[in-house]
Amino acid sequence: MTNAEIKKEILDILQAIAPDEDLTNLKDEVSFRDQIELDSMDFLDIVMELRKRHRIQIPEDDYIQLDSMQSTVAYLEPLMKDVVA
Amino acid sequence: MSKGEPRPETPKHRNTETLRPMPKDFLQDVQDQYDVIVIGSGLAGLTTANVLARQGRSVLLLEQHYKLGGMATWFKRPGGHIFDISLHGFPYGMIKSCRRYWSREIADSIVPLRNIRFDNPMFSLTTEFHRDDFTRLLIERFQVEPQAVQKFFDAARHMNFYDDQQTTTRELFDRFFPGREDVIRLLMEPITYANGSTLEDPAISYGIVFSNFMSKGVFTFQGGTDKLIGLMQKELVASGVEVRIHCDVTKIDCRGGKVRGVEVNGRSIRTGVVVSNANLHATLFHLVGPDYFDRKFVEEARAVRLNNSSTQVYMALKPGETIDESTGDLLFSSTAPRFQTDLLLSRDITSRTYSFYYPRIRPEGRQRYLIVSSTNANFEDWAHLPQDQYETSKKDLVTTTLDALEKYVPNVRSRLAYVEAATPRTFQHYTRHVQGASFGTKFEGLAVSRALPEQLPGLYHAGSVGIIMSGWLGAMNYGVIVANEVDSHLLTESSGR
Repeated sequence: MTNAEIKKEILDILQAIAPDEDLTNLKDEVSFRDQIELDSMDFLDIVMELRKRHRIQIPEDDYIQLDSMQSTVAYLEPLMKDVVA
Repeated sequence: MSKGEPRPETPKHRNTETLRPMPKDFLQDVQDQYDVIVIGSGLAGLTTANVLARQGRSVLLLEQHYKLGGMATWFKRPGGHIFDISLHGFPYGMIKSCRRYWSREIADSIVPLRNIRFDNPMFSLTTEFHRDDFTRLLIERFQVEPQAVQKFFDAARHMNFYDDQQTTTRELFDRFFPGREDVIRLLMEPITYANGSTLEDPAISYGIVFSNFMSKGVFTFQGGTDKLIGLMQKELVASGVEVRIHCDVTKIDCRGGKVRGVEVNGRSIRTGVVVSNANLHATLFHLVGPDYFDRKFVEEARAVRLNNSSTQVYMALKPGETIDESTGDLLFSSTAPRFQTDLLLSRDITSRTYSFYYPRIRPEGRQRYLIVSSTNANFEDWAHLPQDQYETSKKDLVTTTLDALEKYVPNVRSRLAYVEAATPRTFQHYTRHVQGASFGTKFEGLAVSRALPEQLPGLYHAGSVGIIMSGWLGAMNYGVIVANEVDSHLLTESSGR
């Protein structure tokens, strides 16, 4: 997957987790938590969804990498480069 | 079953092909092997099973009782009365968790409770039980400095599990409201009933749960616990979970130091992962056995304190009899001059919480008004009573409850169609919780529960532990947290092979 495809995938997962949120104006470099209502359970859901869709393991210590879109894509890039979109 | 306990409904399973009653095989068509076996169908077990099945795992859910739900349960009595055991009220977060881990239909049945009422020698008031209303009450009625109120709410809201665990809830209150026993009572009493926590427990266990409630108030499930569990059962089947009742697991096979399977109804079923939703002590010491854990861990596990149990009195009004909704949805009543943990547990009851169930909560059922009175109670106070004394004590519990309720529902005795009591022994009988514990374990239970898979690969526990993970929302979310760990473990196992 390219970075643009990873971003699209994350947005798709976020939309499923937070169906009431408008994600169209989400800023890449700003923390998710400062823009939409996400709690620790939501981050767990993102991790579970990535594992389900792409068999990606994200250790608990790395959850902090999922802070913003920018940091998430940077973290996932090496893990998802071989994933077929 | 001892005489006088609530009677189970007549089991509906019956062999229809022959007139002779045949012993039913409750494990008929169950496979010999599953990715995951979940023992117990409390809200944590149900949710773990559903989430793992949706992640694509094969899951067998085994429940010893004849219905799912664990403590999230109900019973029916002649005359169309349906009593809920633990539906009283939960935080707003339940809507999101139900929508995400269950279904839209379940989430859409969650409705707010507007009248949370307190009546004790210090104050009498009704509140919507959220931050705005509590702020108003604390400032206007209790004359607390607005700044102290705001600072308290912010401190509670920012607490998380990794914070300091030494500070007790009483110390937290004393920091913001020194000498204000009335304020402490307002802030603490409902949480004690919501999750069993006390002033002596860590402040973080109070702060997290209190803040959950304060975000939007108290909610309930329209349609009752029977509808909720029925919808969940439907959802489990849709997710592909193999669900079996009347299946009492007697042993978790851990030969060689890892999970290999379970023994249930005389049969062995293989699995690499067991999630036990049974009581933590029962899981470690009865289902597995202490020999499989290192000595220090066994000591820690033995030291985990169980939470207290409860007594309840269930009352149904005659058809046509009504109660005005201003009586309250939840009523925290007490005649004790001040709030004290040991008084709450005393056989000499001074504190009762009434859940009033109005017809709008069960719009599809008969138009009935029901009341459930709950008190915290020590198992030991009931456990060893000889049968005649036990029966007398139960009658006494009903009598004193009706006397106390008279203040809020005048002439209650003549208006009742049905009344029945449950004791710590009743809860133990139906849920098999050690000592009939209502809210699992005290705070230290969470660390022991979380550490299980490090001790024994493939062994997990989900259920009410550590106060934070207690109550309906806590148990459900803990089920998700454990499901995530199991799913991760299974992926690691499969890629390692």
